[in-house]
Amino acid sequence: MSRENLAVPELAAIDVKGVTRQSFIARGALTAGAVYGLGTVGPFVRQAIAQEGGGDVEIVNFALTLEYLEAAFYQQALERVSGLSGVAKELATTIRENEDVHVKALKATVKQLGGKPVMAPPVAFGNAFMSQESFLKLAQTFEDTGVSAYNGAAPAIKSKEVLGAAGSIVQVEARHAAAIRALNGEQPAEGAFDQALGTEEVLKAVQPFVKA
Amino acid sequence: MQNVSMEELASDPSSRKRFLKMMGGAGAASAFAVFLAACGDDDDASSSGNAMAEQEMQAAGRRDLEIVQYALTLEHLETDFYNAVIDSGVVTNRKLAETAKLIRDAEQAHVDTLTGVVKDLGGTPMRPKTTFDSVLEGGEMMVLETAAAVENLGAAAYLGQAGRIKSKDLLAAALSIHSVEARHAAALNQVVGKTIVPDGAFAKPASMEEVLPQVKPFLA
Repeated sequence: MSRENLAVPELAAIDVKGVTRQSFIARGALTAGAVYGLGTVGPFVRQAIAQEGGGDVEIVNFALTLEYLEAAFYQQALERVSGLSGVAKELATTIRENEDVHVKALKATVKQLGGKPVMAPPVAFGNAFMSQESFLKLAQTFEDTGVSAYNGAAPAIKSKEVLGAAGSIVQVEARHAAAIRALNGEQPAEGAFDQALGTEEVLKAVQPFVKA
Repeated sequence: MQNVSMEELASDPSSRKRFLKMMGGAGAASAFAVFLAACGDDDDASSSGNAMAEQEMQAAGRRDLEIVQYALTLEHLETDFYNAVIDSGVVTNRKLAETAKLIRDAEQAHVDTLTGVVKDLGGTPMRPKTTFDSVLEGGEMMVLETAAAVENLGAAAYLGQAGRIKSKDLLAAALSIHSVEARHAAALNQVVGKTIVPDGAFAKPASMEEVLPQVKPFLA
């Protein structure tokens, strides 16, 4: 599908990593087709949609996995990083509490959707807890990746309620990211638009911290 | 409008252009109305299934355009605000002044993108007249607190529209802006000594009806 066929070409400038560009655009094309009544929704689009598969349960379970990982990360950090500053400790505690709530809510959502919540993955964070500095560095990676993961997955969510919940959670993840960045002496955002990451890209990013 | 069939739209570029233009006109008028009163779809009931589906599609397209106009209005407001703050020199802390510039640049980028989207959807981009004199006169702390309030409101406003957006491309764009507004909000909350997560683990959305009265004091 060429750029010209996009209903809104400006949006092509917004990068989507890891989702095949085709399948991402196809979702847009399907909707654009519905909105503008264009007969352009061909077999290629149906194929792209089919490849996404899974539906809302799979997306929520994917989010649940990330939240498990984050919750465990902050829990361990609070136990193991020595000499954590007052500000860092307070922030880590707030974030840990938020991630725990996200885990509970997402588990309940999977059940409501008639699915089976995934188990918490066994995790290992290597030398991340050697110092406050190394902890905050990895925290920034997790939070920024979390934001991109939700932003990448959300447009494929079918239920309005689940989309609303995902939006509400990603906003909180973005707030965490900005706060951690401030402790690292960095500006709150990389730029004007947060990147969207596809599932595979996200899984690749968190793979090193999940024990096989 | 009712005389243009979907087949015509698909095959005839000039029909499509006309269609988009009309949609733009309706959307712009509706977004204006939002400033005065709560908005609502005004679809006429129809006996024909096809006509009804067609009307639903048009309503969804109009609503997307209206949402983009609404977002554009808020982004203009933010950009104007940071420009006024930067020009006034009221923020004296060097690091904070740098943050204000970076946020201004992000808001300007949002304005540019959303302006293009409105045009592509056949609408005339909104450009509100703004005034921030009373905030600037209040001094640095009032400016920072207002910035925090505006960013929190902006994040809530995007969240409030997420479920209403029809086009998935547009939703993806809105989400990528939404989380950046949330980052700004958290950073500014930290600056003014507020919690980064005022709503707790789940951010609360805000509807147009909730947001617009709060930005009215800044509209000239």
